[in-house]
Amino acid sequence: MTDHTLIIGAGQAGGQAAASLRQFKYPGKITLVGAEVFPPYQRPPLSKAYLAGALAAERLYLKPPAFYEKANIDVVLNTKITKIDKKNKTVCYQDGSIHPWTKLILATGAPARPLVCAGSELKNIYSLRTINDVTALQPQLKKDKRLVIIGAGYIGLEVAAAAKKHGLHVTVVEAENRVLSRVTGEALSRFYEAAHRKAGVDLRLGTKLAHFIGQRAYFKNQDTVSAAVLADGTQLPCDFVLTGIGSLPATDLAKKAGLTCQNGIHVDQYCRTSAANIYAIGDCTNQPNSLLNGRLRLESVHNAIEQGKTAAAHIAGHDKPYDQVPWFWSDQYGLKLQTVGLWSLADETVMRGDPASNSFSIFYLKAGQLVCVDAVNDPVSFMLAKKAIPARARPDIDTLANPQTDIKSLLLQ
Amino acid sequence: MAKITYIEHDGTKHEVEAENGLTIMEAAVKNMVPGIDADCGGACACATCHVYVAPDWLEKTGKIDPMEESMLDFAQERQENSRLSCQIKVSKELDGLTVTLPEFQG
Repeated sequence: MTDHTLIIGAGQAGGQAAASLRQFKYPGKITLVGAEVFPPYQRPPLSKAYLAGALAAERLYLKPPAFYEKANIDVVLNTKITKIDKKNKTVCYQDGSIHPWTKLILATGAPARPLVCAGSELKNIYSLRTINDVTALQPQLKKDKRLVIIGAGYIGLEVAAAAKKHGLHVTVVEAENRVLSRVTGEALSRFYEAAHRKAGVDLRLGTKLAHFIGQRAYFKNQDTVSAAVLADGTQLPCDFVLTGIGSLPATDLAKKAGLTCQNGIHVDQYCRTSAANIYAIGDCTNQPNSLLNGRLRLESVHNAIEQGKTAAAHIAGHDKPYDQVPWFWSDQYGLKLQTVGLWSLADETVMRGDPASNSFSIFYLKAGQLVCVDAVNDPVSFMLAKKAIPARARPDIDTLANPQTDIKSLLLQ
Repeated sequence: MAKITYIEHDGTKHEVEAENGLTIMEAAVKNMVPGIDADCGGACACATCHVYVAPDWLEKTGKIDPMEESMLDFAQERQENSRLSCQIKVSKELDGLTVTLPEFQG
């Protein structure tokens, strides 16, 4: 049969792979199948400008419909794929129809981790991953309403910032002893804790949620949440709840098809899975990382884009091994955080600039080598670090700590 | 609405009717003008939406804020009339604007 690449998942990675295939002059058929009703769209604004009501949904779309038509990419939306048959090289759609492929790309993403406890089925408890999630959540963002947020990661904190801007009462409950504990070091955690407390957020660290209690409605299945109950018995009355407790890679299809999965679908530097002719890209993957010298799962737009390009290149016959330094960003209260590298590798940190000025950076080094930079309103440090980290820069620590010195020459000998 | 002309590095012209409120970057992506990557989706975090604004239009595109100014230094082949197109909002004041695209982004 003619070449046919079928992409499972029409998110950032899936959309990129489809577009890149045509860019690499892939002549075969391309089908992009998504479970959501929307074409590929960007998720970061969901907890930022889109939540604040500043954008129409169409502005989130990565490409206009005309793009897919012109590029001859079949976009199939609102459709789940229920099975991969790797022997016969087909997939099964939810309506039972069977579709053949010559190359398969899994771009299934990482849905929000569900919070399961007594009362978690009550109404007005939300997570935030999709446009539909925000559509449900947005009407609640009204002045003086009481919001309890479970989890102080990027999502929890960005929503806290947005909610404060709308004049809500916000309490954030975090089980770890600091915010953003999975994504940054202690110094930056403390900075963000101070910023949120200054804005009026009631931040409860080292605090576990026990369960939710609800308000009786006429019909039992419409009981709404009325309070979050903490492990020590404290009750936090609320009108609604947002849970931001991480995401889980969508690996069911891959596992059932016998692909190697462990904290994501295992891929190599070409995004190939353990099965011939099957690739995986984006949030759902577990990949080799040269900075870490090991495997990891990344949740970032940049990774989704780059893995999409890598898989497409390989299918189109080009060797383009993936070797990117991870980078991320977060916007809260006009504080623009840009992060490049992996902070957890570090054995020492250097602060450059004064946090009180709201413009500073934290440099993380391992055995003298730069492995990560957290830059707050300091794009110069961020952009330089993007080059310096893969170049294995070994900046002088004392000079780094002195903001009067020239950072460019420090990092890019 | 505003008519924006994008000129690719090889001289290919694209004339676009851009809606008010979009950024120059979004209008390009929406109308399939090649040559603007916008890897970060317009968050002023990547410098891959770099354009050269026709000199007589530069002032009309507005002031460059410190964040864009810093990021612009990392755009390839920065010139006097360089802007990050995700930071310029379309309005009727920009009707007739022409921007040229660099050969490479990032």
